Amino acid sequence: MSVDAKKTLLSPIFDNNPIALQILGICSALAVTTSLQTTFVMCIALTAVCAFSNLFVSVVRKHIPNSIRIIVQMIIIASLVIVVDQILKAVAYDISKQLSVFVGLIITNCIVMGRAEAYAMKNPPWPSFLDGVGNGLGYSIVLLAVGFFRELFGAGKLFGYEILSLSNEGGWYVANGMMLLPPSAFFLIGFFIWVLRSAKTEQVEEEEFKITQNSTLREAL
Amino acid sequence: MANKDSIGKTLGVALLLCIVCSVVVSTAAVKLRPLQQINKDIDRKRNILLAAGMYEKGQSVDEQFAAIDTRLVDLQSGQFVEGDPSSFDQRKAAKDPSRSIKLSGSEDIAKISRRENKALVYIVEGDNGELDKLILPVHGYGLWSTLYGFVALEDDLNTVAGLGFYDHAETPGLGGEVDNPRWKAIWPGKQVYKNGEVELALKKGTVSQGETNASYRVDGLAGATLTSRGVTNLVQFWLGENGFQPFLENYKRGDA
Repeated sequence: MSVDAKKTLLSPIFDNNPIALQILGICSALAVTTSLQTTFVMCIALTAVCAFSNLFVSVVRKHIPNSIRIIVQMIIIASLVIVVDQILKAVAYDISKQLSVFVGLIITNCIVMGRAEAYAMKNPPWPSFLDGVGNGLGYSIVLLAVGFFRELFGAGKLFGYEILSLSNEGGWYVANGMMLLPPSAFFLIGFFIWVLRSAKTEQVEEEEFKITQNSTLREAL
Repeated sequence: MANKDSIGKTLGVALLLCIVCSVVVSTAAVKLRPLQQINKDIDRKRNILLAAGMYEKGQSVDEQFAAIDTRLVDLQSGQFVEGDPSSFDQRKAAKDPSRSIKLSGSEDIAKISRRENKALVYIVEGDNGELDKLILPVHGYGLWSTLYGFVALEDDLNTVAGLGFYDHAETPGLGGEVDNPRWKAIWPGKQVYKNGEVELALKKGTVSQGETNASYRVDGLAGATLTSRGVTNLVQFWLGENGFQPFLENYKRGDA
Protein backbone atom coordinates (compact mmCIF):
# COMPACT_ATOMS: atom_id res chain seq x y z
CA MET A 1 0.00 0.00 0.00
CA SER A 2 1.43 3.33 -0.99
CA VAL A 3 2.08 6.06 1.54
CA ASP A 4 -0.76 8.17 0.17
CA ALA A 5 -3.29 5.35 0.38
CA LYS A 6 -2.22 4.61 3.92
CA LYS A 7 -2.62 8.22 4.87
CA THR A 8 -6.06 8.38 3.28
CA LEU A 9 -7.09 5.34 5.25
CA LEU A 10 -5.56 6.14 8.62
CA SER A 11 -5.62 9.90 9.00
CA PRO A 12 -9.38 10.13 9.69
CA ILE A 13 -8.94 7.91 12.73
CA PHE A 14 -7.11 10.37 14.97
CA ASP A 15 -5.63 13.22 12.90
CA ASN A 16 -8.79 14.18 11.09
CA ASN A 17 -11.49 12.39 12.99
CA PRO A 18 -14.94 13.16 11.54
CA ILE A 19 -16.59 13.31 14.96
CA ALA A 20 -13.84 14.76 17.13
CA LEU A 21 -12.37 17.31 14.72
CA GLN A 22 -15.15 18.02 12.27
CA ILE A 23 -17.95 17.44 14.80
CA LEU A 24 -20.05 15.61 12.22
CA GLY A 25 -22.41 12.72 12.65
CA ILE A 26 -22.84 12.88 16.39
CA CYS A 27 -26.61 12.35 16.18
CA SER A 28 -26.35 8.59 15.95
CA ALA A 29 -23.49 8.62 18.46
CA LEU A 30 -26.06 9.64 21.04
CA ALA A 31 -28.68 7.14 20.09
CA VAL A 32 -27.04 3.78 19.53
CA THR A 33 -24.24 3.76 22.10
CA THR A 34 -26.13 2.40 25.10
CA SER A 35 -24.69 -1.05 24.49
CA LEU A 36 -21.50 -2.13 22.74
CA GLN A 37 -23.17 -4.78 20.65
CA THR A 38 -25.53 -2.39 18.90
CA THR A 39 -22.74 0.17 18.64
CA PHE A 40 -20.52 -2.37 16.94
CA VAL A 41 -23.11 -3.31 14.36
CA MET A 42 -23.91 0.34 13.73
CA CYS A 43 -20.21 1.04 13.14
CA ILE A 44 -19.94 -1.77 10.64
CA ALA A 45 -23.09 -0.57 8.89
CA LEU A 46 -21.89 3.02 8.69
CA THR A 47 -18.39 2.06 7.55
CA ALA A 48 -19.82 -0.11 4.80
CA VAL A 49 -22.22 2.57 3.63
CA CYS A 50 -19.57 5.27 3.75
CA ALA A 51 -17.02 3.19 1.85
CA PHE A 52 -19.36 2.03 -0.88
CA SER A 53 -21.13 5.34 -1.33
CA ASN A 54 -17.73 6.96 -1.79
CA LEU A 55 -16.79 4.25 -4.26
CA PHE A 56 -19.93 4.53 -6.38
CA VAL A 57 -20.06 8.32 -6.27
CA SER A 58 -16.44 8.39 -7.37
CA VAL A 59 -17.09 5.94 -10.21
CA VAL A 60 -19.79 8.14 -11.69
CA ARG A 61 -18.31 11.48 -10.60
CA LYS A 62 -17.44 12.58 -14.13
CA HIS A 63 -21.01 12.07 -15.28
CA ILE A 64 -22.82 13.69 -12.38
CA PRO A 65 -24.39 16.95 -13.52
CA ASN A 66 -23.51 19.72 -11.13
CA SER A 67 -27.08 20.87 -10.64
CA ILE A 68 -28.29 17.57 -9.20
CA ARG A 69 -25.11 16.25 -7.62
CA ILE A 70 -26.41 16.26 -4.03
CA ILE A 71 -29.54 14.39 -5.10
CA VAL A 72 -27.45 11.85 -6.98
CA GLN A 73 -25.29 11.30 -3.90
CA MET A 74 -28.39 10.96 -1.74
CA ILE A 75 -29.90 8.35 -4.04
CA ILE A 76 -26.74 6.27 -3.94
CA ILE A 77 -26.45 6.58 -0.16
CA ALA A 78 -30.13 5.88 0.43
CA SER A 79 -30.06 2.77 -1.74
CA LEU A 80 -27.03 1.44 0.10
CA VAL A 81 -28.63 2.11 3.46
CA ILE A 82 -31.78 0.25 2.49
CA VAL A 83 -29.71 -2.71 1.31
CA VAL A 84 -27.74 -2.72 4.58
CA ASP A 85 -30.97 -2.50 6.57
CA GLN A 86 -32.48 -5.40 4.66
CA ILE A 87 -29.36 -7.52 5.18
CA LEU A 88 -29.36 -6.79 8.91
CA LYS A 89 -33.01 -7.77 9.16
CA ALA A 90 -32.21 -11.03 7.43
CA VAL A 91 -29.05 -12.09 9.25
CA ALA A 92 -28.99 -10.23 12.58
CA TYR A 93 -32.65 -9.79 13.40
CA ASP A 94 -32.31 -9.14 17.13
CA ILE A 95 -29.76 -6.40 16.66
CA SER A 96 -31.62 -4.81 13.81
CA LYS A 97 -34.63 -4.65 16.12
CA GLN A 98 -32.59 -2.76 18.69
CA LEU A 99 -31.10 -0.41 16.12
CA SER A 100 -34.58 0.07 14.65
CA VAL A 101 -34.77 3.41 12.94
CA PHE A 102 -31.12 4.37 13.34
CA VAL A 103 -29.84 2.24 10.49
CA GLY A 104 -32.25 4.10 8.24
CA LEU A 105 -30.96 7.36 9.63
CA ILE A 106 -27.48 6.64 8.28
CA ILE A 107 -28.91 8.28 5.15
CA THR A 108 -28.84 11.61 6.91
CA ASN A 109 -25.50 11.03 8.59
CA CYS A 110 -23.38 14.04 7.83
CA ILE A 111 -20.18 12.01 7.58
CA VAL A 112 -21.40 9.92 4.67
CA MET A 113 -22.65 12.88 2.67
CA GLY A 114 -19.71 15.01 3.69
CA ARG A 115 -17.18 12.51 2.38
CA ALA A 116 -19.12 11.92 -0.83
CA GLU A 117 -19.28 15.63 -1.55
CA ALA A 118 -15.83 16.62 -0.30
CA TYR A 119 -13.71 13.67 -1.36
CA ALA A 120 -15.37 11.22 -3.71
CA MET A 121 -16.47 13.91 -6.17
CA LYS A 122 -12.85 14.86 -6.78
CA ASN A 123 -10.87 11.63 -6.40
CA PRO A 124 -10.58 8.29 -8.20
CA PRO A 125 -12.56 5.28 -6.92
CA TRP A 126 -9.88 3.41 -4.97
CA PRO A 127 -8.69 6.32 -2.78
CA SER A 128 -12.34 7.29 -2.29
CA PHE A 129 -13.14 3.82 -1.07
CA LEU A 130 -10.22 3.97 1.38
CA ASP A 131 -11.32 7.40 2.52
CA GLY A 132 -14.78 6.02 3.21
CA VAL A 133 -13.38 3.11 5.21
CA GLY A 134 -11.07 5.46 7.10
CA ASN A 135 -13.85 7.84 8.04
CA GLY A 136 -16.04 4.94 9.02
CA LEU A 137 -13.26 3.76 11.32
CA GLY A 138 -12.84 7.24 12.74
CA TYR A 139 -16.55 7.28 13.53
CA SER A 140 -16.33 3.76 14.92
CA ILE A 141 -13.52 4.49 17.33
CA VAL A 142 -15.41 7.36 18.94
CA LEU A 143 -18.63 5.38 19.07
CA LEU A 144 -16.97 2.33 20.55
CA ALA A 145 -15.26 4.45 23.20
CA VAL A 146 -18.57 6.10 24.09
CA GLY A 147 -20.39 2.77 24.02
CA PHE A 148 -17.75 1.19 26.25
CA PHE A 149 -18.23 3.75 29.02
CA ARG A 150 -21.98 3.95 28.67
CA GLU A 151 -22.54 0.22 28.85
CA LEU A 152 -19.96 -0.33 31.58
CA PHE A 153 -21.18 2.39 33.92
CA GLY A 154 -24.82 2.41 32.86
CA ALA A 155 -25.50 -1.30 32.88
CA GLY A 156 -22.36 -2.83 34.44
CA LYS A 157 -21.80 -4.93 31.33
CA LEU A 158 -19.65 -5.17 28.24
CA PHE A 159 -21.08 -6.83 25.12
CA GLY A 160 -23.84 -8.08 27.42
CA TYR A 161 -21.46 -9.86 29.81
CA GLU A 162 -21.60 -8.73 33.39
CA ILE A 163 -18.48 -6.88 34.58
CA LEU A 164 -19.76 -4.93 37.58
CA SER A 165 -22.43 -6.73 39.59
CA LEU A 166 -25.43 -4.45 39.86
CA SER A 167 -26.98 -3.51 43.19
CA ASN A 168 -30.53 -4.20 42.01
CA GLU A 169 -29.42 -7.73 41.24
CA GLY A 170 -27.70 -8.24 44.56
CA GLY A 171 -24.25 -6.84 43.71
CA TRP A 172 -22.35 -3.77 44.82
CA TYR A 173 -22.46 -1.44 41.83
CA VAL A 174 -25.22 1.18 41.68
CA ALA A 175 -25.84 1.71 37.97
CA ASN A 176 -25.56 5.25 36.72
CA GLY A 177 -28.90 5.71 34.95
CA MET A 178 -27.78 8.90 33.25
CA MET A 179 -25.23 6.89 31.28
CA LEU A 180 -28.11 5.23 29.48
CA LEU A 181 -29.67 8.54 28.49
CA PRO A 182 -28.50 10.54 25.46
CA PRO A 183 -26.86 13.47 27.33
CA SER A 184 -24.12 11.23 28.70
CA ALA A 185 -22.89 10.61 25.15
CA PHE A 186 -22.45 14.37 24.77
CA PHE A 187 -20.26 14.50 27.86
CA LEU A 188 -18.24 11.48 26.79
CA ILE A 189 -17.67 12.84 23.29
CA GLY A 190 -16.62 16.10 24.93
CA PHE A 191 -14.08 14.26 27.08
CA PHE A 192 -12.87 12.33 24.04
CA ILE A 193 -12.27 15.55 22.13
CA TRP A 194 -10.54 17.08 25.15
CA VAL A 195 -8.14 14.14 25.48
CA LEU A 196 -7.48 14.04 21.75
CA ARG A 197 -6.76 17.75 21.52
CA SER A 198 -4.54 17.67 24.58
CA ALA A 199 -2.46 15.01 22.86
CA LYS A 200 -2.57 16.60 19.42
CA THR A 201 -2.48 20.30 20.14
CA GLU A 202 -2.54 21.24 16.45
CA GLN A 203 -6.25 20.32 16.47
CA VAL A 204 -7.08 23.07 18.94
CA GLU A 205 -9.02 25.75 17.15
CA GLU A 206 -7.94 29.35 17.31
CA GLU A 207 -10.08 31.48 19.53
CA GLU A 208 -12.50 33.60 17.61
CA PHE A 209 -12.05 36.53 19.92
CA LYS A 210 -9.83 37.34 22.84
CA ILE A 211 -11.12 38.24 26.25
CA THR A 212 -9.40 41.43 27.37
CA GLN A 213 -7.80 41.59 30.76
CA ASN A 214 -9.70 42.87 33.72
CA SER A 215 -9.04 46.51 34.37
CA THR A 216 -6.47 47.07 37.06
CA LEU A 217 -7.03 49.12 40.18
CA ARG A 218 -4.98 52.01 38.87
CA GLU A 219 -7.02 52.23 35.65
CA ALA A 220 -10.26 52.19 37.57
CA LEU A 221 -9.23 55.14 39.62
CA MET B 1 -18.55 13.59 -24.42
CA ALA B 2 -21.45 15.99 -24.36
CA ASN B 3 -21.50 18.70 -21.78
CA LYS B 4 -22.41 16.98 -18.55
CA ASP B 5 -24.53 19.90 -17.40
CA SER B 6 -26.83 19.89 -20.40
CA ILE B 7 -30.52 19.26 -19.73
CA GLY B 8 -30.52 16.03 -21.69
CA LYS B 9 -27.58 14.66 -19.80
CA THR B 10 -29.02 15.73 -16.44
CA LEU B 11 -32.29 13.97 -17.12
CA GLY B 12 -30.49 10.94 -18.52
CA VAL B 13 -28.22 10.54 -15.51
CA ALA B 14 -31.09 11.00 -13.08
CA LEU B 15 -33.24 8.45 -14.89
CA LEU B 16 -30.51 5.87 -15.27
CA LEU B 17 -29.38 6.20 -11.69
CA CYS B 18 -32.90 5.84 -10.38
CA ILE B 19 -33.46 2.70 -12.43
CA VAL B 20 -30.19 1.11 -11.32
CA CYS B 21 -30.78 1.96 -7.66
CA SER B 22 -34.37 0.78 -7.63
CA VAL B 23 -33.36 -2.51 -9.20
CA VAL B 24 -30.64 -2.99 -6.58
CA VAL B 25 -32.96 -2.09 -3.69
CA SER B 26 -35.87 -4.21 -4.84
CA THR B 27 -33.62 -7.18 -5.57
CA ALA B 28 -32.22 -7.02 -2.06
CA ALA B 29 -35.68 -6.66 -0.56
CA VAL B 30 -37.19 -9.54 -2.53
CA LYS B 31 -34.26 -11.90 -2.14
CA LEU B 32 -33.99 -11.37 1.61
CA ARG B 33 -37.74 -11.41 2.33
CA PRO B 34 -37.99 -15.15 3.10
CA LEU B 35 -35.09 -14.99 5.57
CA GLN B 36 -36.58 -11.95 7.28
CA GLN B 37 -39.98 -13.61 7.51
CA ILE B 38 -38.42 -16.64 9.18
CA ASN B 39 -36.60 -14.41 11.66
CA LYS B 40 -39.76 -12.53 12.50
CA ASP B 41 -41.69 -15.72 12.97
CA ILE B 42 -39.05 -17.25 15.21
CA ASP B 43 -38.90 -14.07 17.25
CA ARG B 44 -42.66 -14.06 17.79
CA LYS B 45 -42.73 -17.74 18.70
CA ARG B 46 -39.84 -17.35 21.08
CA ASN B 47 -41.66 -14.55 22.84
CA ILE B 48 -44.77 -16.65 23.18
CA LEU B 49 -42.67 -19.41 24.73
CA LEU B 50 -40.91 -16.89 26.95
CA ALA B 51 -44.17 -15.46 28.20
CA ALA B 52 -45.33 -18.93 29.15
CA GLY B 53 -42.00 -19.64 30.81
CA MET B 54 -41.45 -22.60 28.50
CA TYR B 55 -38.48 -21.37 26.50
CA GLU B 56 -35.34 -23.47 26.70
CA LYS B 57 -32.25 -21.79 25.34
CA GLY B 58 -30.35 -23.72 22.71
CA GLN B 59 -33.27 -25.79 21.53
CA SER B 60 -35.03 -25.16 18.28
CA VAL B 61 -37.85 -22.66 18.68
CA ASP B 62 -39.98 -24.39 16.08
CA GLU B 63 -39.69 -27.72 17.85
CA GLN B 64 -40.68 -26.22 21.17
CA PHE B 65 -43.51 -24.33 19.55
CA ALA B 66 -44.95 -27.53 18.12
CA ALA B 67 -46.54 -28.22 21.51
CA ILE B 68 -48.66 -25.09 21.18
CA ASP B 69 -52.02 -25.03 19.46
CA THR B 70 -52.87 -21.70 17.80
CA ARG B 71 -56.56 -20.81 17.42
CA LEU B 72 -58.56 -17.81 16.25
CA VAL B 73 -61.08 -16.24 18.60
CA ASP B 74 -63.86 -13.75 17.97
CA LEU B 75 -63.46 -11.22 20.75
CA GLN B 76 -67.06 -9.97 20.65
CA SER B 77 -68.74 -13.32 21.11
CA GLY B 78 -65.84 -15.02 22.83
CA GLN B 79 -66.09 -18.08 20.57
CA PHE B 80 -63.48 -19.90 18.55
CA VAL B 81 -63.88 -19.18 14.85
CA GLU B 82 -62.68 -20.93 11.76
CA GLY B 83 -59.73 -19.55 9.89
CA ASP B 84 -56.10 -20.13 9.21
CA PRO B 85 -54.10 -18.79 12.17
CA SER B 86 -50.80 -18.92 10.31
CA SER B 87 -51.91 -16.38 7.72
CA PHE B 88 -53.76 -14.13 10.16
CA ASP B 89 -51.91 -10.89 10.82
CA GLN B 90 -53.39 -9.50 13.99
CA ARG B 91 -51.58 -6.18 13.84
CA LYS B 92 -52.85 -5.56 10.34
CA ALA B 93 -56.37 -6.54 11.36
CA ALA B 94 -56.30 -4.00 14.17
CA LYS B 95 -55.71 -1.21 11.66
CA ASP B 96 -58.21 -2.39 9.05
CA PRO B 97 -61.60 -0.66 9.61
CA SER B 98 -63.49 -3.63 8.18
CA ARG B 99 -61.89 -6.06 10.61
CA SER B 100 -61.79 -3.95 13.75
CA ILE B 101 -64.03 -1.75 15.85
CA LYS B 102 -63.53 1.79 17.03
CA LEU B 103 -63.25 2.10 20.78
CA SER B 104 -64.91 4.97 22.58
CA GLY B 105 -62.82 7.08 24.92
CA SER B 106 -63.95 5.39 28.11
CA GLU B 107 -63.48 1.89 26.69
CA ASP B 108 -60.09 2.64 25.24
CA ILE B 109 -58.03 2.52 28.41
CA ALA B 110 -55.05 0.99 26.61
CA LYS B 111 -55.05 3.88 24.09
CA ILE B 112 -55.12 1.66 21.02
CA SER B 113 -58.11 3.47 19.37
CA ARG B 114 -59.16 0.40 17.35
CA ARG B 115 -59.52 -3.19 18.45
CA GLU B 116 -59.39 -6.10 16.05
CA ASN B 117 -62.48 -8.33 15.85
CA LYS B 118 -60.52 -11.54 15.90
CA ALA B 119 -57.48 -12.41 17.93
CA LEU B 120 -55.07 -15.30 18.13
CA VAL B 121 -54.81 -17.39 21.26
CA TYR B 122 -52.15 -19.97 21.97
CA ILE B 123 -53.15 -23.07 23.86
CA VAL B 124 -50.62 -25.26 25.62
CA GLU B 125 -52.03 -28.69 26.36
CA GLY B 126 -50.86 -31.09 29.01
CA ASP B 127 -50.10 -34.77 28.45
CA ASN B 128 -53.76 -35.81 28.52
CA GLY B 129 -55.04 -33.06 26.29
CA GLU B 130 -56.23 -30.91 29.17
CA LEU B 131 -55.47 -27.19 29.26
CA ASP B 132 -52.09 -26.37 30.73
CA LYS B 133 -51.56 -22.74 29.80
CA LEU B 134 -53.30 -20.15 27.70
CA ILE B 135 -51.26 -17.40 26.07
CA LEU B 136 -52.94 -14.19 24.95
CA PRO B 137 -51.50 -11.41 22.78
CA VAL B 138 -51.80 -7.95 24.32
CA HIS B 139 -50.84 -4.45 23.30
CA GLY B 140 -51.26 -0.92 24.56
CA TYR B 141 -49.63 2.46 24.79
CA GLY B 142 -46.85 3.16 27.29
CA LEU B 143 -44.93 6.42 27.37
CA TRP B 144 -43.42 6.65 23.87
CA SER B 145 -44.64 3.61 22.08
CA THR B 146 -47.14 0.82 21.78
CA LEU B 147 -45.98 -2.19 23.76
CA TYR B 148 -46.71 -5.54 22.14
CA GLY B 149 -46.50 -8.64 24.24
CA PHE B 150 -48.10 -11.77 25.60
CA VAL B 151 -49.77 -12.69 28.86
CA ALA B 152 -49.84 -16.35 29.81
CA LEU B 153 -52.50 -17.71 32.15
CA GLU B 154 -52.50 -20.95 34.14
CA ASP B 155 -55.20 -23.58 33.63
CA ASP B 156 -57.58 -21.86 36.09
CA LEU B 157 -57.56 -18.85 33.71
CA ASN B 158 -57.15 -16.60 36.71
CA THR B 159 -53.49 -17.02 37.65
CA VAL B 160 -50.77 -15.34 35.63
CA ALA B 161 -48.15 -17.74 34.31
CA GLY B 162 -45.97 -15.06 32.80
CA LEU B 163 -45.78 -11.89 30.79
CA GLY B 164 -43.38 -10.48 28.23
CA PHE B 165 -43.13 -7.80 25.59
CA TYR B 166 -41.51 -8.34 22.24
CA ASP B 167 -41.85 -4.94 20.70
CA HIS B 168 -41.71 -1.52 22.34
CA ALA B 169 -39.62 1.64 22.33
CA GLU B 170 -39.72 2.73 25.97
CA THR B 171 -36.75 4.52 27.55
CA PRO B 172 -33.86 2.07 28.03
CA GLY B 173 -33.08 1.65 31.71
CA LEU B 174 -36.42 3.09 32.84
CA GLY B 175 -39.54 2.01 30.97
CA GLY B 176 -37.36 -0.41 29.02
CA GLU B 177 -37.07 -2.39 32.24
CA VAL B 178 -40.30 -4.12 31.23
CA ASP B 179 -37.80 -6.54 29.67
CA ASN B 180 -35.94 -7.07 32.94
CA PRO B 181 -36.14 -10.77 33.78
CA ARG B 182 -36.25 -10.01 37.48
CA TRP B 183 -39.29 -7.82 37.07
CA LYS B 184 -41.00 -10.32 34.79
CA ALA B 185 -40.36 -12.99 37.43
CA ILE B 186 -42.75 -11.15 39.78
CA TRP B 187 -45.72 -11.85 37.53
CA PRO B 188 -46.20 -15.62 37.72
CA GLY B 189 -48.68 -16.51 40.46
CA LYS B 190 -50.50 -13.18 40.50
CA GLN B 191 -54.29 -13.29 40.36
CA VAL B 192 -56.32 -11.50 37.68
CA TYR B 193 -60.04 -11.38 38.52
CA LYS B 194 -61.77 -10.32 41.71
CA ASN B 195 -65.59 -10.47 41.68
CA GLY B 196 -65.56 -10.64 37.89
CA GLU B 197 -63.47 -7.49 37.46
CA VAL B 198 -59.81 -7.28 36.50
CA GLU B 199 -58.04 -6.34 39.70
CA LEU B 200 -54.49 -7.06 38.54
CA ALA B 201 -52.47 -3.83 38.39
CA LEU B 202 -49.06 -2.32 38.92
CA LYS B 203 -48.47 -0.36 42.07
CA LYS B 204 -46.05 2.43 42.80
CA GLY B 205 -43.18 1.01 44.82
CA THR B 206 -42.79 -2.51 46.09
CA VAL B 207 -45.69 -4.76 47.03
CA SER B 208 -45.43 -5.91 50.64
CA GLN B 209 -46.56 -9.36 51.66
CA GLY B 210 -49.39 -8.41 54.05
CA GLU B 211 -51.13 -5.60 52.20
CA THR B 212 -54.65 -5.89 50.82
CA ASN B 213 -54.86 -7.33 47.34
CA ALA B 214 -51.18 -8.23 47.47
CA SER B 215 -51.79 -11.15 45.14
CA TYR B 216 -53.30 -8.74 42.58
CA ARG B 217 -50.47 -6.23 42.68
CA VAL B 218 -47.15 -6.10 40.85
CA ASP B 219 -44.25 -3.78 41.67
CA GLY B 220 -44.22 -0.69 39.50
CA LEU B 221 -41.11 0.14 37.50
CA ALA B 222 -38.94 2.69 39.28
CA GLY B 223 -38.64 5.91 37.29
CA ALA B 224 -41.22 4.78 34.76
CA THR B 225 -44.60 5.85 36.11
CA LEU B 226 -46.20 6.27 32.70
CA THR B 227 -44.90 3.00 31.29
CA SER B 228 -46.14 1.25 34.46
CA ARG B 229 -49.53 2.87 34.03
CA GLY B 230 -49.54 1.77 30.40
CA VAL B 231 -48.82 -1.83 31.38
CA THR B 232 -51.64 -1.76 33.95
CA ASN B 233 -54.01 -0.34 31.34
CA LEU B 234 -53.18 -2.83 28.66
CA VAL B 235 -53.47 -5.77 31.03
CA GLN B 236 -56.80 -4.48 32.31
CA PHE B 237 -58.06 -3.83 28.80
CA TRP B 238 -57.11 -7.14 27.26
CA LEU B 239 -58.23 -9.24 30.18
CA GLY B 240 -61.37 -7.10 30.58
CA GLU B 241 -64.78 -7.22 28.92
CA ASN B 242 -63.62 -5.59 25.68
CA GLY B 243 -60.66 -7.94 25.51
CA PHE B 244 -60.51 -11.63 26.23
CA GLN B 245 -62.86 -11.83 29.22
CA PRO B 246 -65.90 -13.12 27.27
CA PHE B 247 -63.74 -15.76 25.65
CA LEU B 248 -62.13 -16.76 28.94
CA GLU B 249 -65.54 -17.20 30.58
CA ASN B 250 -66.83 -19.28 27.69
CA TYR B 251 -63.69 -21.34 27.63
CA LYS B 252 -63.88 -22.02 31.34
CA ARG B 253 -67.44 -23.27 30.95
CA GLY B 254 -66.31 -25.36 28.01
CA ASP B 255 -68.48 -23.81 25.31
CA ALA B 256 -66.06 -21.61 23.44
